[in-house]
Amino acid sequence: MPSLKELRGRIAGVKNTRKITSAMKMVAASKLRRAQTHAEASRPYAEAMRRMMSELAAATKGQGDAPTLLGGTGEDRVHLLVAVTSDRGLAGGFNANVARMTRQVIARLQGEGKTVKLLTVGRKGADQLGRTYADILVDRLPGTAGRDVEFGTASGLGERLVSMFEKGEFDHCTLIYNSFVNAMTQTPVERQLIPLPAPEGANDNEDARASDAPQYDFEPDEGTLLARLLPRNLQMQIYAALLESAAGEQGARMTAMDNASRNASKAIDQLSQRYNRSRQANITNELIEIISGAEAV
Amino acid sequence: MPLQVEIISPEQVLVRRDADMAVVPGAEGDIAAMPERAPVMLLLRAGVVSLYEGERVAEQYFVEGGFADMTADRCTILADAARPVSDLDANAARGRIEELDNNWSSVDPQNEAALIRAAEALQATQAEIESARS
Repeated sequence: MPSLKELRGRIAGVKNTRKITSAMKMVAASKLRRAQTHAEASRPYAEAMRRMMSELAAATKGQGDAPTLLGGTGEDRVHLLVAVTSDRGLAGGFNANVARMTRQVIARLQGEGKTVKLLTVGRKGADQLGRTYADILVDRLPGTAGRDVEFGTASGLGERLVSMFEKGEFDHCTLIYNSFVNAMTQTPVERQLIPLPAPEGANDNEDARASDAPQYDFEPDEGTLLARLLPRNLQMQIYAALLESAAGEQGARMTAMDNASRNASKAIDQLSQRYNRSRQANITNELIEIISGAEAV
Repeated sequence: MPLQVEIISPEQVLVRRDADMAVVPGAEGDIAAMPERAPVMLLLRAGVVSLYEGERVAEQYFVEGGFADMTADRCTILADAARPVSDLDANAARGRIEELDNNWSSVDPQNEAALIRAAEALQATQAEIESARS
């Protein structure tokens, strides 16, 4: 049975913890709003890009060799996985989920006899995966550390991937990140970046083409345009993933901290009850002592 | 019928407004987007996008390359980066060009992609200085 002093100390300690967790929750909530605004601001560009991509892909279809970024190298030996995690913890299962999925994908690919390379974005992912997969780890890149995601981060990574791809360091590239479902839910997803899966709506477009939709003119020719658009599209996909992951991180932290605050409140209640009970017991004891002392006289 | 002009960078929508004509810096020369024209998709070089209202230039924006998607009723410009011409600073750009010059001489001549990138960065900064001056 802990003494009253000990209990008081413990209650004070849990109260302090609750202060911290609820502050973190508030901070995460406001950062989440920011991150969401950012993600929404990037949508028009992504949409316009998708429209151009499907138009170009349709126009270049059947015109000799597609660029390798789109059509792949024709080989399927080396897979590069890019795992996007956060830099900080205290976000529930946010990072563990990505790490688990990455492990599964690695196991699956290695089971198929493929060579796997791994690149981590964010400190937590490097911590969790770096040790186990030190031999296949290409690099560990810093994450966003809770700050706003800049397009420069994504374009830098995109350029790096393209140059690695052009050097023939991998055939397939897949991004694993937490997709933002809502503030409560983040689901880890894998998205193939290279070769690019057929752009959505490419088929609808063909129908539109059959009707009297006017044909696009391209300047310079569609091949050159496509070759320029593809790396940019890759960067945009990475950017979108980083934004989603950043928003998801704040959402996950908000939920985790909300739970933690609630648990702390519960713990405080329980401890207070114990404290009051033992205080009562002490008083009763003292009374009994006094009364029996008085009776003895 | 006016033309809906949008200038979008990856991070935000910079401009969304109606104009009678937009002149954009195509990679192979300036092109005017006007209503009721055949659709064109083009690659942009660094330069100035001018939005016209009638004969008057209403607004000017500097874009650092990108793409444009023009149809009969809209002109969407996907800029790598863009800002109003009034925000350009020729002196700052001149400072940067020296840096880029050094960068250029240090690029490995075997690395074609890096060469192209360095050349484009130089051209963009050069275009910025010229746009700021005019």
